[in-house]
Amino acid sequence: MARTTGGLPPCACDIVTVAETAALIGAGSFAAGFLGALTGLGGGIVIVPLLTVVFGVDVHYAVGVSLVSVVATSSGAAAAYVKEGYTNLRVGMLLEIATTTGALLGAYVALWIAPNTIAILFACVLLFSTTQSARPHPQGAPEDSDALATRLRLASTYPTPNGPKRYGVRHVPLGFVLMFIAGVLSALLGVGSGSIKVLAMDRAMRLPFKVSTTTSNFMIGVTAAASSGVYFARGYVDPVLAFPVMLGVLAGATLGARVLTVAAPRTLRWVFTAAMVALAVEMFYKGVRGTF
Amino acid sequence: MTAEQRSAPDHEAEVRLEQLIGNLLRAGVLLSGAVVAVGGALFLIHYGGTTREYHVFRGEPERLRSVPGVIRAAWTLDSAAIIQLGLVLLLVTPIARVALSLIVFARQRDRLYMAVSATVLALLLLSLFAGRGVA
Repeated sequence: MARTTGGLPPCACDIVTVAETAALIGAGSFAAGFLGALTGLGGGIVIVPLLTVVFGVDVHYAVGVSLVSVVATSSGAAAAYVKEGYTNLRVGMLLEIATTTGALLGAYVALWIAPNTIAILFACVLLFSTTQSARPHPQGAPEDSDALATRLRLASTYPTPNGPKRYGVRHVPLGFVLMFIAGVLSALLGVGSGSIKVLAMDRAMRLPFKVSTTTSNFMIGVTAAASSGVYFARGYVDPVLAFPVMLGVLAGATLGARVLTVAAPRTLRWVFTAAMVALAVEMFYKGVRGTF
Repeated sequence: MTAEQRSAPDHEAEVRLEQLIGNLLRAGVLLSGAVVAVGGALFLIHYGGTTREYHVFRGEPERLRSVPGVIRAAWTLDSAAIIQLGLVLLLVTPIARVALSLIVFARQRDRLYMAVSATVLALLLLSLFAGRGVA
């Protein structure tokens, strides 16, 4: 703990109590949830690096606890989004078959995968997420669906200042495969895989961007619930670690969502992205050297 | 115009479903957060001054990893089990959401999406209640 708590003298490592650790982890999780909501990257992707790299927590505990906090923030945010009418419940429900199947598979194999491999994989997903969120999004969703999407009745409308606008859905099988991968990664790494879900819906299925992000968020709760159920049953979810993380992330994300509607913090976004890249490089390096 | 008129009742049902789901999710998160906070506070009162090892994975004891075990232990005011109970409530929230959608699709006699919701529900229940069985 001496290395991780920074300011404390080296001998403090043995006298850091449960209450002090909970306070530090709670504060860190609050910051993660706040910045995650503010930047749209989600709090979950910060929790695993925070717990493993900064607090030295075992990666199994970190992933289990992170998944639980992902369920909390996703459900909290989805509650607000779903009422605005952007979320496509049919698309979400259909693709949840793919994400939950992937999540169950990922949770079962997680035990046999070495922490170093998880660290390398995490670093790659982290880098992908940060670059993905910085890219511009394709404009103009198609109005008509392809044959399969029509049969599945996936087309819907979303609210615009000029009233509801229609949109169609394309390439359901490709979206399904990408969602399965998103589910596996979510369970392995303890993240929401929001960036891969948005990629599947926004680019592959050609849904309008706002529909993609809100539907993705809606699905994240169910996906993470599937994998955290497995982690929970196997004893990977530690209550003493979970309570400061869950409460911290939830409070941070709630506050972040409030602030988000007031200002678009471009500088903060860049600072946060830089911090994420640094964490990814650190995890990748440790993973490759086998010291994670 | 005719297409829009035909889909009007469908659309209304969907809006109601969205409102219901939104309220359900919010209630579930608030309730589980409150239970976790109570459990956490109790834990800190009892064990706040002790030290603990986070670096090595040991796995949780039986009473903290199965739903019946957690409920039994929480009943005896075991603070760690109360936290776990809050987390179980959190995991049940998306499951309840899927169950609610299943009911709404059933009322609309939408066979296709009834089957879709039922599949997702089965996968979720499998994970929470049979999580170890398959391992």
